[in-house]
Amino acid sequence: MNYIMAFLFSGFICFVAQLIYDNSKLTPGHITSLFVVIGSFLDLFHVYDKLVEIFHAGALIPITSFGHSLMHGAMAATKEYGIFGVAMGMFDLTAAGIIAAILFSFLVAMIFKPKS
Amino acid sequence: MSSHFLGNSVKLDNVYIASSGTTCGPLEFFGPLGSYFDKGYDDYHCGEKSFEKAERKMLREALDICLKREQLKLKDIDLYMGGDLLNQITTVNYLAREIPQPFIGIYGACSSFALSMAISSLLIEAGYVDKIVTLVSSHNATAERQYRYPVEYGVQKKATTTFTATGAVATLLTNQKTSVRVESITLGKVIDYNQNDPNDMGRAMAPAAYDTIITHFKDLKRSFKDYDLVVTGDLSTYGHKILKTMMQQNKIDVVHYDDCGCMLYDVHKQEVFQGGSGCACSALVTMGYLYPLLKEKKYKRILVVATGALLSPMLSAQKETIPCVAHAVSLEVVE
Repeated sequence: MNYIMAFLFSGFICFVAQLIYDNSKLTPGHITSLFVVIGSFLDLFHVYDKLVEIFHAGALIPITSFGHSLMHGAMAATKEYGIFGVAMGMFDLTAAGIIAAILFSFLVAMIFKPKS
Repeated sequence: MSSHFLGNSVKLDNVYIASSGTTCGPLEFFGPLGSYFDKGYDDYHCGEKSFEKAERKMLREALDICLKREQLKLKDIDLYMGGDLLNQITTVNYLAREIPQPFIGIYGACSSFALSMAISSLLIEAGYVDKIVTLVSSHNATAERQYRYPVEYGVQKKATTTFTATGAVATLLTNQKTSVRVESITLGKVIDYNQNDPNDMGRAMAPAAYDTIITHFKDLKRSFKDYDLVVTGDLSTYGHKILKTMMQQNKIDVVHYDDCGCMLYDVHKQEVFQGGSGCACSALVTMGYLYPLLKEKKYKRILVVATGALLSPMLSAQKETIPCVAHAVSLEVVE
């Protein structure tokens, strides 16, 4: 059941993105940024946490979860350090993701050469 | 001799096509016209390290084939003229290092083929030079990087896009009589219909093609019926339809009309979206396919209207609309 729920939610997000891409002049960059903003907004009202509870990985894997993590880190640090916590905690939770992206791109770039 | 402009057009008496050389990439080679081209590559790198070098290699090869047919050396040509799609028209400019004669680089985006033919024809008609070789090339991977995203990035393409043709064409124009001549030319005005989507250039260019065709007909008092075939450069299936509609709205009969972008590929079977584009598109179809048909006298007179979207990715990002242009060259069998 978990697998199906995860598949459905993740698929739904991708489906919405595809619809936007096909029917507007927005570029992939626009849409990705838009989804990060939506994710963080949903987290502001604790909606995203509920989505994660229901859909598990389905809600954690799409780019919207990046916004959710940004907001989560910022909120947690704000509680501890006040307003400056926004800057200090923003990348706390996302650091692992960003480092992984850099590291793995580096490793892949070492081995493979892009072709047409 | 009628060597003066009639409106935007000039009738020529003294300009002949002596030879041509065509090279192309994989999709063009396996497309419906593939067997007409002199040389085809099944790989976008053509054995070179970068796509830019591959494009230049194809152009050099086209030039060599063109000259070899007439047993001429690089030195025998008075002037070279050409253009391509890259910044600083690098393909032709860097190739020109190997040419021991004067070289003029021009830029008309995808209309470069007709533009270089038109200017060369005027120079020959005026008697300044005897032999000119025009060079045009485009390469799918280099053009995608220049105008949209690098192909390696693997971005999803919009359904409205066209596919930049990979190929290079060299054409030898002379004042000595041969079986096919450049009969007249029309230089186009730059037209902007407020289209700003770089993924849909076919639609943006249709009004420019319309304007040039109408001007050509008006200047020379002709219609579609005076030609066995009228081809536009790279309007894609969308632009092609728009042009026809524009003609019909103005009560002009459209007969013997086609678009090089739709002829070069099998739009239904090959993954080229709305058809071909690029300098090489109109050049390959005209010099590879239509020129031999003219030589065999299957066509008497054809009109090639090469269209160009003069967009800069920088200004597209600043939300500017796309200026477009079309130049026409009429080719005729010499009786």
